[in-house]
Amino acid sequence: MAAQQSRIVLLACLIGASTHTAHARHMVEHLIEKNGHDFPIDIGGINIEVEAPITRLVCGIRPKSLGDLEEALDYCENQITNLLSSTHTGQEGHNIDFESKVFHAGMIDHIGLEVADIAQVAALGFPKADPEAPLVDLGYGTIDSQKPIILCIGHNVVPATGIVDYLKANGLYGEVEVCGLCCTAHDVTRYNPKAKIIGPISWQLRFIRSGLPDVIVLDEQCVRTDSLLEAQKIKAPVIVTSEKNCMGLPNRTNDPVDAIVTDLIEGKVSGVLILDPEKVGEVAARTAVKVAPARKKFKAIPNVEDIIEGAKTCKNCNDCRRACPQDLHIMEAVAEASSGNLDALANLYDVCVGCGRCENACQVDLPLHSYIVKAGEKKLKEEKFKVRSGRGAIQDVEIRNVGSPIVLGEIPGVVAVVGCSNYPHGGKEVVDICQEFANRRYIVVTSGCAAMTAAMYKNEEGKTLYEMYPGSFEAGGIVNVGSCVANSHIAGAAIKIANIFAKRNLRANYEEIADYILNRVGAVGLAWGAYSQKAAAIGSGFWRLGVPVIVGPHGAKYRRMLLGRKDREEDWYVYDARTGDRVYVGPTPEHLFYAAESKEEAMVMIAKLCMRPNDTTRGRAIKLTHYIDLSKRLYGTLPDDINLFVRTELDIPITMKDEIHKILEEKKWKENRIPDPTLLPRMIRKKKEEA
Amino acid sequence: MATAEPWQKAEIPGPTKALVITKPEVVVAMVKRAKRPLLIVGHEAAEVEIGDKKPLDYAILISQVGKIPIVATAHIIGEFVKKGFQPAGFMSAVDITNRLVDSEWKGLDGKGQYDLAMFMGITYYMEWVLFSGLKHFGQNLKTISLDRYYHPHASWSFPNLSVEDWAQSLEVIIGKLGGE
Repeated sequence: MAAQQSRIVLLACLIGASTHTAHARHMVEHLIEKNGHDFPIDIGGINIEVEAPITRLVCGIRPKSLGDLEEALDYCENQITNLLSSTHTGQEGHNIDFESKVFHAGMIDHIGLEVADIAQVAALGFPKADPEAPLVDLGYGTIDSQKPIILCIGHNVVPATGIVDYLKANGLYGEVEVCGLCCTAHDVTRYNPKAKIIGPISWQLRFIRSGLPDVIVLDEQCVRTDSLLEAQKIKAPVIVTSEKNCMGLPNRTNDPVDAIVTDLIEGKVSGVLILDPEKVGEVAARTAVKVAPARKKFKAIPNVEDIIEGAKTCKNCNDCRRACPQDLHIMEAVAEASSGNLDALANLYDVCVGCGRCENACQVDLPLHSYIVKAGEKKLKEEKFKVRSGRGAIQDVEIRNVGSPIVLGEIPGVVAVVGCSNYPHGGKEVVDICQEFANRRYIVVTSGCAAMTAAMYKNEEGKTLYEMYPGSFEAGGIVNVGSCVANSHIAGAAIKIANIFAKRNLRANYEEIADYILNRVGAVGLAWGAYSQKAAAIGSGFWRLGVPVIVGPHGAKYRRMLLGRKDREEDWYVYDARTGDRVYVGPTPEHLFYAAESKEEAMVMIAKLCMRPNDTTRGRAIKLTHYIDLSKRLYGTLPDDINLFVRTELDIPITMKDEIHKILEEKKWKENRIPDPTLLPRMIRKKKEEA
Repeated sequence: MATAEPWQKAEIPGPTKALVITKPEVVVAMVKRAKRPLLIVGHEAAEVEIGDKKPLDYAILISQVGKIPIVATAHIIGEFVKKGFQPAGFMSAVDITNRLVDSEWKGLDGKGQYDLAMFMGITYYMEWVLFSGLKHFGQNLKTISLDRYYHPHASWSFPNLSVEDWAQSLEVIIGKLGGE
């Protein structure tokens, strides 16, 4: 059973790694075709010398041009093939071997991420490591419904760039709205800040059913498999653009544009597959302009009277709730609706993840998700936010500025709030977590759907987090790096701390760098709504690099935790690189992969997992202050393991001395020393000194 | 009518499913037979209402009459303390589950591994996975779900119950646990 479970985890991570790698391959091939092999990799001008930290670290090459990236992808594809072959019947049989390969798959995944993002940043003119990347529009309410609207869904921005290019070249850009869902949305705003983000992946059904999109362009990853059916309900033509997501539609790549547009406008076909992004651009734009007046924003959302009448037919079977991954009390809300009160349905809007499973379960086929959306329509229409466009990499100079305080512990940590949007109780929790840690002067980094969610609430002055906090990689910053593939810049920042600040060699030196990060860089990932295989792969790449990852309760479904045991003292020794002595450093960090039950638990765990053996006394005191303060506020009590994190008297926060001393006495705590920590015997310097 | 099928339909259990607690006396008998029982209480125990009580109140009573140590998970240790009750420990749901699969673990009191773990108040889909882990990897451990909904990966579970039937069952357990 253990081996089989690990095998399934490896398969999930390989699905993720292959998806990112294939995405990167497509991106690189497309950009080479347009720009040539020798197009330079410039992702930040003079601010970025280490342009590809992961690729350098793993592959030992320094890519200077788009063509150089192919070598890294060759390696990824080779490794993924080998790893996948190990899952075949009759291959590997021990869970430890599978687990080792899970880590490897994660590391490969990170190369795929990095290649995809640095290629597009370099060749598509995205913000180049810009802390002041533009603030762009996010939300349903930002869309001008009077214009033709093209909706792009997925992760691979290439077709969307074709649309923007065509509109610009033909003077149509101001006339047509281009908007996106999921990571394509991030990247289309990085390509053109006038494009708009509707929201995270969970907004797919609600936005399509609103009837606003006149043409729907699907690329790859995280696209609902029923998108075509949903589009048909609102009479919106669909263009699929990826050989990985053809939706059963005919390949019209080689047909004349006029013929394709005519077929779409006249409804002869519900959709087409076009693999040429420039042709996608022309077909999408011309079709949108033509069909928009005829469609009259035909929507699939019922009106209030329909809901009330429909609700009266409810059989009270409760199958809707039992199908709901959130266990939402849908049946009770429908019962209230039957008497004319839609408030209970409206209350579900914020916590619904938009999967639509309730509808599939309904015995009388009520469009329950649409009921929730209609009831929450006021909220939907008021969704007008600003999010900072994905900035890409972290500048080398930013790393130099924060390297020392991070490694010494004086910036208490880097919190990466990333991943999908299956939040257990809605997106507000993500906003609360980001704000709490930014206020505590952690560096908060965001990406993907979580980066969008972080923008979806405003303060009393009407400002979102991105308007309230700086976008630079500094204490108190909230830093949107971009789409899923931009997660590579978060890993890259950790690597660059070791390389730029600590002068550790980079090329093909993974073991030493991961040892450095694990022992010194207080970084933690939080994927509060993670559910995809890609998120599993990204997470496993961070584990291997020495960065713990916390997921929300839905993340328990990965059936994989990497939990430390703080009660086993023997597990928490490192070498002191100065002397070779083995020194107890406490459970720092205690876990590498951890599912939290509640937001409060996650917040306390973030603060705890930011502690590292290398923290100076001042740094540890700061980190302990946050850990203890959050525990007191959110748990209503002091942590029961403070003694494990206090190494010397000087670690104790000054304002908490009395209460902590009392605990230390009870626990019979003894003072310890702070080593120069490493897990690698070869890093011990004693022999050199003796020689 | 009470049914013994997974509350959330997306979760499909394997062939070995929890025995259904048709009478709360089954729980009482299991606890009395156990040498080292433990009660694990999650954050929903402080949120859900059962009439004028919360599951947390029942957990405290079960602990007191049955002399069963409680582990509070997530952030609800403070809720217990507010009621004047000190659990034997607090740690996360994944941590306590991880310890329960370790035959060498000495327990919260250093006296050895537990042989019966009862759970309540952890979000259904998360508790589902925890029970699954214990089913496959917990050695010599029986598990009981005291929640309202059928948990097929536990050793024993209530069927899907109405709030009233659930409350009544918990009351019976409390009433009979204290007796001979």
